[in-house]
Amino acid sequence: MMPKHHPSDALLVAYGSGSLGEALSLAVATHLARCPLCRAAAAEIDALGGALLEELAPEPLAADALSSLFARIDAPDGWMRRDAAPVRLPAPNPCRALDGAALLPEPLRSYVGPGMDQRWQRIAPGVRRIEVMPRTARGGTAHLLRIAPGTALPHHGHGGTELTLVFAGSYADELGRYTAGDIAEADGETRHQPIADSHEDCICLIATDAPLRFTGLVGRLMQPFIGL
Amino acid sequence: MFATAAQPVTPPPDPPPDGAAVEPLAAALRAVAERHDRQAFALLFGHFAPRVKAYMLKLGMPQARAEDLAQETMLTVWRKAGLYDPARAEPATWVFTIARNLRIDALRRERHPEVSDELLEQQEDDRPPADALLAAGQRARRLRAALAGLSPEQAEVVRLSFFADLAHPAIAERLNLPLGTVKSRLRLALGKIRKALGDEDP
Repeated sequence: MMPKHHPSDALLVAYGSGSLGEALSLAVATHLARCPLCRAAAAEIDALGGALLEELAPEPLAADALSSLFARIDAPDGWMRRDAAPVRLPAPNPCRALDGAALLPEPLRSYVGPGMDQRWQRIAPGVRRIEVMPRTARGGTAHLLRIAPGTALPHHGHGGTELTLVFAGSYADELGRYTAGDIAEADGETRHQPIADSHEDCICLIATDAPLRFTGLVGRLMQPFIGL
Repeated sequence: MFATAAQPVTPPPDPPPDGAAVEPLAAALRAVAERHDRQAFALLFGHFAPRVKAYMLKLGMPQARAEDLAQETMLTVWRKAGLYDPARAEPATWVFTIARNLRIDALRRERHPEVSDELLEQQEDDRPPADALLAAGQRARRLRAALAGLSPEQAEVVRLSFFADLAHPAIAERLNLPLGTVKSRLRLALGKIRKALGDEDP
């Protein structure tokens, strides 16, 4: 099943260049896992990055740069202590899918971790949520939502970019109808009200790089609880 | 360890049919992967480390940090040379992705989520056909030509996308343009690049 809705070129470039935050990149990468077309496009953008790297005017390194690197290579444990290696986040929790996580492709599945079925929290009538990535310093965040058939989310606009990636069921809004594998891209100019419109729960990932802006009174009252 | 036998153990690989030399950087990566060849690594280091340092400086890293990250990138090249797949990417492309990911880690303490190699292994459809492999060097040349052929406006949004570490709305703000204009310039630029990489002769 090929997805019908794909990331825009601009989004793929932001992903490939590394300017896109981790939450939005997670949504893009998880779409790529299902979409050979977009994988090919992403590979071309990486190649563009390679070509841009090739054409940069070289900046000489210290004269002993290569010999000091060989010294590090020859002291496989020593270099980690001697040099300030970049601080690394712990790797996400790899899990074998024994539950609802089976329908999530990697890399998302590892980010969600085990015990998905027990972790849904009810945040509004017909809407349950799992936090996948807490809000980062730059404002990005990612949640899984599980929306009961016929439920409408509050009408909202966007502070930045919001990506929605569907895994099960479907939803529709002013922009179109989205089913498994589809990615929807909303930016600062988009205001919409998604409605789960099939007979099964709509399970989707919502990733943002800035808090959403709920527009109706109900939405504004719900915002503190939703945390999107 | 030097073998004293006069006979090489393995015959040299057949040269590509068009007689072109095997791409030296790709050959060097293979030599590092297969026998930790330090001379081959010195060639890679001399070529890539100064360019990776330039990349880090362009993105606003201070000198010392840019130098460190260039070193980290090359250390990763040494350690992961065995994972380089010439069927998937040019050497410069592979090094770019390593540098990009280290920069994201250093600057934002974030990872760059990617489709796992494991999944790619299962996706035979992703592999370019064998003739595309031989044309890898040619693909790089075409890409450079396509880059040179972009309009100044298109080239500007492409370079800002890769070197400014800004989201597209911020790029639009900096250029004082509507976001839609920035996105359509990128789309046009990528269209030209795809055409250059396509199978049809330009």
